[in-house]
Amino acid sequence: MPDPASEKPKTPCSGNCSCAGGNTTPPASANGTTRRAVLKGIGATLGIAAYAKALAPLTELTKQTSMDEFLQKHYKELSKDEIATVLKRLTRETKEQYGADVTINDPKPIDGVKFGYALNLSICNGCRKCAEACHIENNHDRPSHQSYIRVFEMTKGSMDFEKANAHYDHPVPQPDKYYMPVQCQQCEHPPCVDVCPVEATWKEKDGIVVVDYNWCIGCRYCEAACPYHARRFNWQKPQIPAAEINPVQSYLSNRIRPQGVMEKCTFCLHRTRNGRLPACLEACPTGARVFGDLNDPNSEIRWVLENKRVFVLKEELGLKPQFFYFFDE
Amino acid sequence: MSNPAAAPEIPAVGKPVPEWRQYIRFGWNAVSQSFEGGWKFYVWMILLTAIFLVGANAWAIQVRDGMAATAMSDHVSWGLYIANFTFLVGLAAGGVMMVIPAYLYHDEEMHDIVIVGELLAIASIIMSIMFVVCDLGRPDRFWHMIPGLGKFNFPVSMLTWDVIVLNGYLLINVHICGYLLYKRFRAQKPVAKMYVPAVLLSIVWAISIHTVTAFLYCGLGGRPFWNTALLAPRFLASAFVSGPAFLIVAIQIIRRQTGRMFGEGAIRTLVGIIRITILISLLMVVSEVFVEFYTGGSHTGAAKYLYFGLHGHHELVPWIWSSVAATVIAVILFMQPQVNRRPFILNTACLLAFAGLWIEKGMGMIIPAFVPSTLHEIVEYRPSLTEWKITAGIWALGLMIYTLLIKITINVHSRKLRDASGARTVTPDDAMAMREDSASSVI
Repeated sequence: MPDPASEKPKTPCSGNCSCAGGNTTPPASANGTTRRAVLKGIGATLGIAAYAKALAPLTELTKQTSMDEFLQKHYKELSKDEIATVLKRLTRETKEQYGADVTINDPKPIDGVKFGYALNLSICNGCRKCAEACHIENNHDRPSHQSYIRVFEMTKGSMDFEKANAHYDHPVPQPDKYYMPVQCQQCEHPPCVDVCPVEATWKEKDGIVVVDYNWCIGCRYCEAACPYHARRFNWQKPQIPAAEINPVQSYLSNRIRPQGVMEKCTFCLHRTRNGRLPACLEACPTGARVFGDLNDPNSEIRWVLENKRVFVLKEELGLKPQFFYFFDE
Repeated sequence: MSNPAAAPEIPAVGKPVPEWRQYIRFGWNAVSQSFEGGWKFYVWMILLTAIFLVGANAWAIQVRDGMAATAMSDHVSWGLYIANFTFLVGLAAGGVMMVIPAYLYHDEEMHDIVIVGELLAIASIIMSIMFVVCDLGRPDRFWHMIPGLGKFNFPVSMLTWDVIVLNGYLLINVHICGYLLYKRFRAQKPVAKMYVPAVLLSIVWAISIHTVTAFLYCGLGGRPFWNTALLAPRFLASAFVSGPAFLIVAIQIIRRQTGRMFGEGAIRTLVGIIRITILISLLMVVSEVFVEFYTGGSHTGAAKYLYFGLHGHHELVPWIWSSVAATVIAVILFMQPQVNRRPFILNTACLLAFAGLWIEKGMGMIIPAFVPSTLHEIVEYRPSLTEWKITAGIWALGLMIYTLLIKITINVHSRKLRDASGARTVTPDDAMAMREDSASSVI
């Protein structure tokens, strides 16, 4: 730190620095000026050193962030070749940083398909297998037990989340309770997409809201805008042991996210765009979850929407979720 | 007034230095010479530098290790940084309360020192932008926000509007201050069309920066605590208290340091403004509190949490009641007739109002919107040491910038500023202006 009181070194500084102290030729008359200049020089040198020291941790960051990553274009502006290069780089980086061999693909939306999800509140028993499956499938940070799904234990006779509890720790189901898992509702009018200042998040043709993890600046405005608490931020670099990493990954969904960016549920697009079901659905022991193509009149989800008593969360906000809840008769 | 005799010689020189180069040279000299001063000045600046470096170091670590160094979470995803950002946009807008009397009401005395307010706008905007940068998880990707280079989600994202209005406001004020100081330095009369339109624009723009900043929050349907049409007017009213309160104290300090008495009338005008704006601000808070608590329901959760605590969680209660107490005492003091005669009362009132509003618009406005969360979970937030360090660091830098800007102004006005060769440049224009100057001073 620059210290004005450090008047001990009365000699000019050695001159191997660029400070004024070294190269000032003393004018014959003014001794005061010389001393002043010397002191200033020392002050400036110490100051610059202090600045360098204070900001030194930044230099350690460059090990994590390559120049290619720094200059990478927005996902939508990458050509096919460029995407291939990026995927190759990300695969290499995963190997370097996590020691795991993974394949990262970039499956595109299927023409004419629009995904929807429905959840049967009459039979969900609150076991949280879905949240756990999400945690593993999507390569979430292990220490924080992150998941895109939160399961709320609701009080029967009330839809008010104020009377709900997401931290229950007892056998389920409890007789006077019912259970409501909440994840991204893939809104038709997503406020998170509207507020993003850099278009790092958008709604794909099949209705899935995605994030370009390499474009997000981490301002967390989307997290403030989402009424469903669906978004998560990478407060630090995710930690996962190599053996636990799910190697089947995609650019827009479950690849390991960088530090300092947003992430969210993608309806497991690396699975669903390849004809499989979301991990949370496969893990559900009760069959409470129904997933499918809203555009297909013969799909199970369409049958649910047409025959069950269906509702959406916070309908009054007008965001048109593509995630539905229903009760059996 | 060094050497009017030099005037006739200048035209003989073949190539006159272009105006823009002279302006740059002026800027350079002004900045480098502003670092000279007495021991008090050095102690003050070194203290601020030290605090700033502590903050810079904390920020560098935060960037390296991640935002986990803060106390924010997925539930309370904005904290002390955004709180300070919001307050500082208000402080920047508050400077306009000197500009309006000076230029719209032709208050001559205010006109002479209006630059004190415009410089405050510059320092505050720089600080507010720094707070946003410190809140970013990936400051290295800041370029994604630059129109043309990155992707700029304009006009849908209110944050892009904020980027435009904040930077615009900064540029407008830099132009006004730079131009007027330069003209003063050259001892030329400022050309009205070069700066008056900018001044008028800055008045509208000041209102816009705080309105847009309020729109950032109040447009979010998922956050009932912010989702009120009263937010923007409330922001403005409180800005027009905190800005003038800061300026009243700043003018007194400058007066003491320069040993020259000025601005008594300006201070009175500012007190008059605060007397009204602080009441409007208070009225709006009361109005919001009434609607929240009389209506009741689950949307009242945030207000309940803020004022009384919710289900055994009380983190913000001491904050908000300190704010209420400070503001109410400030109101009482400002209403006393002695406030214009007793500097102690005046300064206490200013300090209390400033602190009270810093809490109300920061911790009391940003945090409760996240507690309870959108799904009514209660996760509390108490800023971490890293956040306090960075916050202190940015305030220190802001004060440093403000100090240097004020020093430049004093140097120019007291004709202490030299050009590179050590003498003030004299052109025919100058000589003319100086003759006029001396003539008028004789009169």
